[in-house]
Parts: sequence; structure tokens; C-alpha cells
Amino acid sequence: MTAVLEKIGLTRPQVAWRIAQEIDEGSYVNLGIGSPEMVANYVSTNREIVFHSENGILGMGEAPAPGQEDGNLINAGKKPVTLLPGGSYFSHTDSFVMIRGGHIDVCVLGAYQVAKNGDLANWATLDTSKPPGVGGAMDLAVGAKRIFVMMDHCTKTGKPKLMNKCTYPLTGSRVVRTVFTDLAVIDVTEDSFVVREITAGISFEELQEKTDAVLTLSENWQTLAPPDV
Amino acid sequence: MSPPILFINRIDWLVVVDFAAIGYDLYLIDHLGLASYSTPMIDKSVNNISAAVADIQSGSVVLSSGFGDAGAPVDLLEALIETDAENLTIVSNNAGEGNYGLAALIAAGKVSRVICSYPISAGSVVFQDCYQAGEITLEVVPQGTLSERMRAAGAGIGGFFTPTSAGTELGKSKECRKISGVEHVFEYPLKGDIALIRATRADRWGNIVYDKSARNFGPVMAMAATLTIVQVDEIVDLGKLNPELIITPGIFVDRVFVHNG
Repeated sequence: MTAVLEKIGLTRPQVAWRIAQEIDEGSYVNLGIGSPEMVANYVSTNREIVFHSENGILGMGEAPAPGQEDGNLINAGKKPVTLLPGGSYFSHTDSFVMIRGGHIDVCVLGAYQVAKNGDLANWATLDTSKPPGVGGAMDLAVGAKRIFVMMDHCTKTGKPKLMNKCTYPLTGSRVVRTVFTDLAVIDVTEDSFVVREITAGISFEELQEKTDAVLTLSENWQTLAPPDV
Repeated sequence: MSPPILFINRIDWLVVVDFAAIGYDLYLIDHLGLASYSTPMIDKSVNNISAAVADIQSGSVVLSSGFGDAGAPVDLLEALIETDAENLTIVSNNAGEGNYGLAALIAAGKVSRVICSYPISAGSVVFQDCYQAGEITLEVVPQGTLSERMRAAGAGIGGFFTPTSAGTELGKSKECRKISGVEHVFEYPLKGDIALIRATRADRWGNIVYDKSARNFGPVMAMAATLTIVQVDEIVDLGKLNPELIITPGIFVDRVFVHNG
């Protein structure tokens, strides 16, 4: 018996790589907890991009070597990090002044759902058996100049996540600029999804089948084929 | 003619010194015939942790610093367990982890309400069990709104409009206003009776410096509470902290306590 299901689409690191290509030198960037943190791995070292962490760090560096961890130097996911030369520490008030005040150029967030008008749902599911928790997601959603979403195109059970209208509780309304999935790069315009890139080996029709909202194919669309990172 | 001021205890002294030079205080003492009073000196240091938290009342709103474990006033929170205070409202970014600090205080049945942004960190088992059992109520506040509500309290502002949470479940019962075409919700100040803060270094005037990202909510909580108690690693001589680098000026601090642990 041969392998039955070949994984189609990009790996998470490849999606992270693609997002990294979209971030300009000199940008101040906040990466959400989880997969978005991978984006930092693919920003080439000869480009200066300043990473912000909501708990009061600018110029955040990578994880320290084993044994060098400092419990007072952690990221938003509460994992140990380092500070680069030129980095700074500040209070929560100042950190959210940066976030809400539009001083962060790009924020990359994960999501449960994104709607065609840019609505973002990433803080709560419909499961009410657990207490809710929002963290900094709502502040980031309204405050950063550009919100990028990094997510799988469909749920684990194959349900679409790019929606005509979100069915999960909203984090922010009309806030998402671009969605990067394993299958495509999709810009959010006033009230529609415009497909800018499609992963090699997938047709626009297949992409539409996996999407709840109606997609528009950009005239200048391209095939997305990242390196094997 | 100066008004008759009675210096009943040290706290009154602190108030006077906050707006007058020490020389002027001495003048007042002489003027009021209190010259036998010992040399006034601001000393906010407290020798033992029980004394630091002894007068915290039941029903208090307690602001507790930290982001996860970084900057959490673990020893002050645990000292509260030994007091008679109960029915406390805790304001903190998270709701405690493991079975120490805030989680231990919750487990001891001292907390009836938690106001925080993210109570569901891995390890917040004690809080989640109490929440499920209906023993504790929860108000979830977006992190930046939490910080800004405390800043408003500390700054004497009656509230503010923010776009954060507009159009969401958390903003739905709030007063709305469109400002520059963007939907905003109104948020009220969040004042503490007590702030418990973890920092690194202090002097006897209560000037404070922090360590790296453990600073987080410390500065805003210090200014937002009626009584601010800070746990530090060391108290240095007055003048040893670089005035350009003091993060929380002593005016916002009432007690400092050294914990060598």
C-alpha cells in the first residue's frame, strides 16, 4: 500500500517564511503567541526588524542558550527570550500605548476565522465550559497598522475558516489586512477576499471549495512556491 | 499663619514631605511647638512581611503586578493568606499558576473576584477549578484596557474611549461613540485599595527600579492604588539610584519590603 494522502499546501514554517518576506526593513513588529512566533526565524539577519513583545520589550531576540534563561526576560507566551543591542524595556502602559496608538507597523496573529470584511475571530470559541481569556489580542487587532493573519486554510476537520461572516466571537471588526494560509495569500479589501497568490499544485476552484466566502482572483495573481525551509 | 496641622503618624509626615521641602517641615514643627518630635525622616521600609500586609481589609481591591511569574509579588500574596482579610478582588494580568502566590491565595479561599486579561494560562488550575465551582467571579478585560483603566485611576481621569473591544462581546454593554469614524467604547478607571508589587531595588523614599520584562504592570499599579506595597531584593542608600533611571518615583509607593529569597 502506498502513501494515501499527500499533504497539499505549505508547511507552517513555509507560511512563516512567506510572511517574513512581506515585512519591510525598519518595521516594528509584534508576533502573536504560537505559530506566528516562527516568522522571526525567517527574517534574514542582514535586515533590521524590531520585534515588540506586549509585556514590555522592544528589540526582542531569540531564545537564550540552555542554562542562560532569565525568568524576568520572557515573551508574551511566557517563554525565555533575549534582548538585542538597542533593545529596551518599558511598562505595560507604554507597551499598549505603542500597540493601541498605531506605532506597531505589523502584527501577525493566529485566527479561528476571518471574514471577508476583515472581521477577526481569534480569542474565544463557542465552548463555554472554560473561562474566557483575551490577553492583548483585542488591543493588537485595533491598534497595529497592518494585521496579518497566519492560519491553516481549513480546520482540522476540513471546515472553512475564511468566512462570509464569522460564527465565532469577534476580536475586532474590519481589522485584517492580509491572510496567509497553507494554500494562499489573500488580501482583504472593503468587502471581499482577493487572492494574490495560490500555492503551487492548487487550482483557484479547489481554493474556492475550501472557502466559505466568495473569492476574487487578482489579475496579477502568482503561484506561491516557497523554498523548503 | 499656617493652619493647625497635627502630625498623628508617619503617613501624615509623608504627605507633608511630598509637597514641601524638609526644611519647611522643620519650620512647621517649631512653629507649632512640636520641636521635641524626633528628626523627621522618610523611611518606607518595613522590616517584616507580616507587618507589610497586616492592615489589608476584607473586601479590598488588590492590584497584583506581574505577567505570568515575571514580576509577580509571590511572597506578599502568600503573606495575605495569614491575615484575616477575605472576600478580596484581585486585579492582575493572569490568575495564578501552580499552587504558589496568587494560586495559593485563591486556594485559601481569600479571593471572591478576579479582574484580569488572561486567566487561562497553562497551570492556572486552581483558578479554573474555583471558577467552575462557582466560587469565584471573573471579569475579563483586554490587556491594554486593563492597564489604561488603572492609569486613568492613578492619573485622576474619569475614564476614556478606546477602540479596543468595540463591536465584540466584551464591548457590547458599554457606552459607544464614533470618534474620527472609528467605533470606541467607554471604559471607567480601575482603582485599587492596595497594590502588591514585585521590583528589584528601592531606597527608603520608595523610589523603585525593576528588572527587564518583570517591570510590566508594576509602575501603573503603583500609581493606581491607595496603599502601594513593594517587595524588592534590596534597599540601597538614598541617592544611590540614578535619578534618570528611577522608574517609579517614591510618591507612588508607601511601603517597601526586602525579601531575600
